[in-house]
Amino acid sequence: MLPTMLQVKDLHAYYGRAHILQGVSLEAQAGEVVALLGRNGAGKSTALKAIMGLVPPARGEVSFEGKRIERLPPYRIARLGLGYVPEERRIFTDLTVMENLEVGRQAGRGAAPVWTEDRLFALFPNLAGMRDRPGGRMSGGEQQMLTIARTLMGNPRCVLLDEPSEGLAPIIVEQMAQSIRTLKGEGLSVLLCEQNLHFSQAVADRAYIIEKGQIRFGGTMAELASDASLREQYLSV
Amino acid sequence: MTFASIIIQLLNGLAAAASLFLVSAGLSLIFGVTRIVNFAHGSLYMLGLYGAYSLIQALGRTPMGFWSAVVLAALAVGLVGVLIEVLVLRRIYRAPELFQLLATFAVVLVIKDIALFVWGAEDLVGPRAPGLSMAVEILGKRIPAYDLLLIAIGPVVLGVMWLLLTRTRWGALVRAATQDREMVGALGVDQARLFTSVFFVGSVLAGLGGALQIPREPANLELDLAIIADAFVITVVGGLGSIGGAFLAAIIIGVAKAFCIGIGTVTWFGFEISFSKLTLVVEFLIMAVVLVARPYGLLGKPQAVQRIAADLAPPLTAPSWKIALVWVVLLLGVPLVADRYITIMLTDIVCFALFAVSLHFIMGPAGMVSFGHAAYFGLGAYAAGLLFKRAGLPMEAALLLAPLCAGAFAVVYGWFCVRLSGVYLAMLTLAFAQISWSIVFQWDSVTGGSNGVFGIWPSAWLAGKTTYYYLALACCGTGIALLWRVLFSPFGAALRAGRDSPLRAEAIGIDLRGFQWAAFVLVGALAGLAGSVYAFSKGSISPSTISIGQSTDGLIMVLLGGVETLTGPVVGAAVYTWVRDAVARHTEFWRAVMGGIILLIVLLFPQGLVGGLKALFLRWKEQRA
Repeated sequence: MLPTMLQVKDLHAYYGRAHILQGVSLEAQAGEVVALLGRNGAGKSTALKAIMGLVPPARGEVSFEGKRIERLPPYRIARLGLGYVPEERRIFTDLTVMENLEVGRQAGRGAAPVWTEDRLFALFPNLAGMRDRPGGRMSGGEQQMLTIARTLMGNPRCVLLDEPSEGLAPIIVEQMAQSIRTLKGEGLSVLLCEQNLHFSQAVADRAYIIEKGQIRFGGTMAELASDASLREQYLSV
Repeated sequence: MTFASIIIQLLNGLAAAASLFLVSAGLSLIFGVTRIVNFAHGSLYMLGLYGAYSLIQALGRTPMGFWSAVVLAALAVGLVGVLIEVLVLRRIYRAPELFQLLATFAVVLVIKDIALFVWGAEDLVGPRAPGLSMAVEILGKRIPAYDLLLIAIGPVVLGVMWLLLTRTRWGALVRAATQDREMVGALGVDQARLFTSVFFVGSVLAGLGGALQIPREPANLELDLAIIADAFVITVVGGLGSIGGAFLAAIIIGVAKAFCIGIGTVTWFGFEISFSKLTLVVEFLIMAVVLVARPYGLLGKPQAVQRIAADLAPPLTAPSWKIALVWVVLLLGVPLVADRYITIMLTDIVCFALFAVSLHFIMGPAGMVSFGHAAYFGLGAYAAGLLFKRAGLPMEAALLLAPLCAGAFAVVYGWFCVRLSGVYLAMLTLAFAQISWSIVFQWDSVTGGSNGVFGIWPSAWLAGKTTYYYLALACCGTGIALLWRVLFSPFGAALRAGRDSPLRAEAIGIDLRGFQWAAFVLVGALAGLAGSVYAFSKGSISPSTISIGQSTDGLIMVLLGGVETLTGPVVGAAVYTWVRDAVARHTEFWRAVMGGIILLIVLLFPQGLVGGLKALFLRWKEQRA
């Protein structure tokens, strides 16, 4: 059995007084791609933010490679090798592609694959031709690639991906799926939030379904594919 | 003007622009990354001047001694900046931004008194730069060689800053953090260290700007607020966060000021216009024009709607009329047991309470932070004084007409201000306050200039200290009650909606700008009432009632009490007025004590006094339950 990369136990988080996460538990093994599925407002993004420390967890445990991280500030979590790719991409619009990558740079760490600008341009060929273009003058798809590349510059062991397929043209979505499979091939763990079931089925090994801040299902993609009522109850709009 | 004198004024202006640019670049840098409007930035400039003065004395008046002193002073000021960041600001980055502002006010007070303690109250005139004390002849006029050097230093620093920001990893991090510092943190960058480094660089620039001025301007204790006003104007005219913009704006303003001095008094069509008197106002006029034409400054970029208040203001609780009644009865009863001294102080407190409540109305619920609220207080005071002394109106009429005059000014100023939001709005209010101050300060024949107006006493039947206290209580109490009542009217609800989401408020049909303008006029008139009552209680008024100091006093009162509560400003006004008086009777260094107290409160109660006590009370109740 593969070692546990990321383990979340009974995680609670609030926005002001709103109780968004009401006891989320999930885990991802090394080299595994896990999808966190659910409708709008179910708590997917908040779960990723809480793991990353961007929304301070109120209760519960988060362990990364066996180390408890739920009390650490985001930059310490990032430095342990947990990468975060935000929803809305959050590219630094005034900075060029190369400068965006520079901000994400961290020293390499033992077991993680080491990324250089050139390797990232091989992964996302679209970016290679626009090294000096400001982030603000890129298309949505290009920005989505840049935001992932920027996080990879930190040489993470595990990446949290918030809605990587959102708002992208179908052909770009296909490229994105290919890139995620490449990351898995490099041995990275990926935990991704999605509303797009097809995309998730194309990349993920396992899935969790979250509804009203609680996990309602956890299992393999095959199990989810065979259970139409589950999809009807928690995912269809 | 001859061609030669135009060139000379241009060079004068460029030389003056150098230091202005350095200070503003530092301010802009710090604001961009930390989102803190650092009021103490002018104090750092002042420390640079004083530091250079002392270091030159220690190191000797040789070229080597002079330049080492300038560089060492700048570096020392950089360390002071680091100290401020690490000891104070780092602890409150998660507090509402207005509270960080309060902390920087406190730092201003503390630094002023440290300077007073170390260097004394006298102006200190520094030496000329050794080796550069000669003058160079240009077009038959003599220009100090040192000025030419300063003219060169501006572009050099601009170039160095540009290289730092665009060619280094630090620069990429700074620019990235300026846009989205949370994301920078999520990418593994330690924000605390980045902020400290930015504070160091920004403070070094302020210190260098000050140190370089030592041959040109005496070190004195008024520089802190004077230079911060200049730096705000330049930063805003150039565009917040734009170093190039700051450079451009510093040159425009430096040159405009130099020309105003150079032109002197001119007669046009029989009117005598004194340009040299315009010097104090010209930068604010430029700023008002620029902001109306380009709301984000010359080289600034439109930014997401920026609020400098807390992100999520909790709903206001309506005041309880029963508790208010108890207070009114208590306040009515005080003069029966208190002595004359306490009655006079209570009169002051009542005036400042209305002043603070009106400021709270506009910056809290209406969401428009004003750095120049003293304008309306002071204009009310002056209107009362002038209507009484110069127009010969009865005291009662002057007292009641004065608020209308202040309101009339608010109509004009407000029309401009509501077109902006966030820090830009705050700066524009400061600009209008400074324009008002300059007019009052310089119009000797009407306002009495720096001496002010004397002999403004209430009519005989109101002259008793106790009677006047009751009058003040009636006027200001009514004003406070009115403001609180308005907050819970549909008008008040619309204002709060506009603060929380301008777009949504307008989408449901609220004419937000119109409402904000009306709010501006309302609080202007009521601050004017406070000023009017205050003027007759003192018997005289001076330009200090319109000064930046008065505006910051108001901000301190509101923030000390807590911007998220209704009664906070009243408590803040009372505590601040009382403590200041009590401390000032015991020590010359009341500012440092006051600043220290404020810092303690900031660090212990990040929600303000009333907010903090409320939170403590709630926790206590929860524990008992």
